[in-house]
Amino acid sequence: MSQTSLDIAQLLAGMLLLVSFLMLYQDRLSALINRYALQAIVLAASVAWQAYTQQAAHLYVTAAIALIFKALIIPLSLHKIVKKLRVHRTIEIIGGLRITMALGVFLTALSLVVMLPATTSVNAIDREDLAFAMAVVLLGLLMMVTRSNVVSQVIGFMSLENGLILAAAGADGMPLVVEISVAFSVIVAFIIIGIFLFRIRERFDTVNLFELDRVRGEKR
Amino acid sequence: MILTDIIVSNAVIAIPAIAALILVFQVDYRRSAQINTIASGVAFVFSLILLMKGKETNDYLFVDDLNIVFIVLSTFIGFTTSIFSASYIDFEIGKGKLNSNNIRFYHAMYQIMMLAMNLALLATNIGLMWVAVEIATLSTVLMVGIYRSSEALEAAWKYFILGSVGIALALFGTILVYTAAEPIIGEGYNSMVWQSLLAHADHFNPRLLNVAFIFLIIGYGTKVGLVPMHAWLPDAHAEGPTPISAVLSGLLLNVALYSILRFKMIIAANSAVISPGPLMILLGLSSVLFSALMLYRRDDIKRLFAYSSIEHMGIITVAFGIGGPIANFAGLLHMTMHSLTKSAIFFCVGHITQVKGTQKIADIRGLTTSHPILGWGLVIGVIAILGFPPLGVFMSEFLLVSSAFAHQPWIAVILAIGLLIALGAMSNRLIGMAFGEPNHSEGAVRASVLPLYIHLLIVLIAGVYLPQIVVISFQNIAKILG
Repeated sequence: MSQTSLDIAQLLAGMLLLVSFLMLYQDRLSALINRYALQAIVLAASVAWQAYTQQAAHLYVTAAIALIFKALIIPLSLHKIVKKLRVHRTIEIIGGLRITMALGVFLTALSLVVMLPATTSVNAIDREDLAFAMAVVLLGLLMMVTRSNVVSQVIGFMSLENGLILAAAGADGMPLVVEISVAFSVIVAFIIIGIFLFRIRERFDTVNLFELDRVRGEKR
Repeated sequence: MILTDIIVSNAVIAIPAIAALILVFQVDYRRSAQINTIASGVAFVFSLILLMKGKETNDYLFVDDLNIVFIVLSTFIGFTTSIFSASYIDFEIGKGKLNSNNIRFYHAMYQIMMLAMNLALLATNIGLMWVAVEIATLSTVLMVGIYRSSEALEAAWKYFILGSVGIALALFGTILVYTAAEPIIGEGYNSMVWQSLLAHADHFNPRLLNVAFIFLIIGYGTKVGLVPMHAWLPDAHAEGPTPISAVLSGLLLNVALYSILRFKMIIAANSAVISPGPLMILLGLSSVLFSALMLYRRDDIKRLFAYSSIEHMGIITVAFGIGGPIANFAGLLHMTMHSLTKSAIFFCVGHITQVKGTQKIADIRGLTTSHPILGWGLVIGVIAILGFPPLGVFMSEFLLVSSAFAHQPWIAVILAIGLLIALGAMSNRLIGMAFGEPNHSEGAVRASVLPLYIHLLIVLIAGVYLPQIVVISFQNIAKILG
């Protein structure tokens, strides 16, 4: 693989991580959805680049799923949900912005420290990709735990999943990547349909998970 | 001849698939319950045929000493639960809690879940297994939410989100294992197949395997219900239909544990990797202690037994974490006994909550007087699960505690403390429910007691006399597990 194509792959993976940070500090819901769409576009580009350099035609399918499903259909339906359910425009970030960002930086550093020495036997492009992918996964988790709002938790989960697809596409010749990305799309579709059909707001009068906690543990 | 071979080796996957298709179009709920039972029974028969035939491998499925035990166990409990489910559903329809559309959906999902679990157990490669575990999760999520009450939906949602995160982390671990295998085995399918992974594991990059195992045990451990990733489990057990509680505890937790065991074998085959044992022991012990303490303040009967499932999965994880022939043997035996006993308890609890019209422990009194069959069934089940001699659980717990003592005495001490705390909490609850003056009942239920008695009988017999063939097969597996 030439140096240029390596650089491009790393650039795209780095951009994915960067968008994760953009999402981490975003406290307006509609902007958060747009940034998720942006991340999906970057992912699609990154996977398509992998497909091109690895000459793996099936990865184009994964890229297409990312572009059509994640960058287009999901953001549109999420915007619709936000409008329909009249969710609060701004969302609270538990623990405050500064601590969240600091944790995000810490998790990214952790991923690099853990993954780079662990992947010496793997070729260079996979090393960087895996480290960035792990950071995106951990940032997605962080987003899920620092938001109390169902929609933004779901976005956190989907961003986590973007990291996984990046890792899977980066692993040379890994079979079943397309199947796995389809399987994940099914999960995500379930989530979206779940929010829509079950009308969490109607059932619970809120999409704030703290309010749902009344049924946790014992019924009173 | 070859055709029959193909039929036999794919039957436990194909039968649920066909049954699910038929059930989607079956409107009459009595007929669909029958089809569900028959399909589960036939799948069980085919799993026995697989057991007779022994090892075999094709491109996607394989049978070996380890997974055949899981297959027989899960198709058996799938079968008995489908018998219980028929009478349970009959009552719910009568009460108007579920309509025939719900039931159609429920039965189709039941078979899809059986399909996914069998596929996860038989899959030759780590990618297919991951997809199967995901399907199993989604189908059970849908069944947990079937009552559509806000509690049921919240339980399903929580299970869904936590399960998905677990599964996502497990996938990252799976990708890392592939990345570790790929430079050694080469690109493509072979780097995901269990046998070739195991054969070459010694040459994999150990640091990468370390990271991978952490993701795998956290990911699949969420599905096992290990503390602190257990939060979905009590809700899902309490709010879903009781047959689903029985299969969740009896089967799905085992399937997740099976995947951890398989990965543990790969990790253990590499001498340079940090041993997976201590991490498993830590998670297992914290599950035992935490859930034993949580047992005290439960006042919902299904939640009580859900926490007991967390406790027992913890015990099993400790056993496999310690490793070695005796502890592995104890772990396998305990897993089998727990599956049988806990599903028997849920069969009982299902009918009890139906006759009493409540899940509140405080509102259930004097069962042995008012409903002797259910009451005594519950008493025997709880005595069995608490590990009193001469029942099966006693034997496995005794083996485990003694082998833990030989390994590291403090593990045995913590285990024993957890078991005693659980004993106190459960027997306290049981006495209130089973004895004393009976209180008001909602009505009679046509209970199907056959599955209950069969399970309890097996547990009793296993405690007194374990057939030689079972002992030998468990010893073989214990050896493979290392």
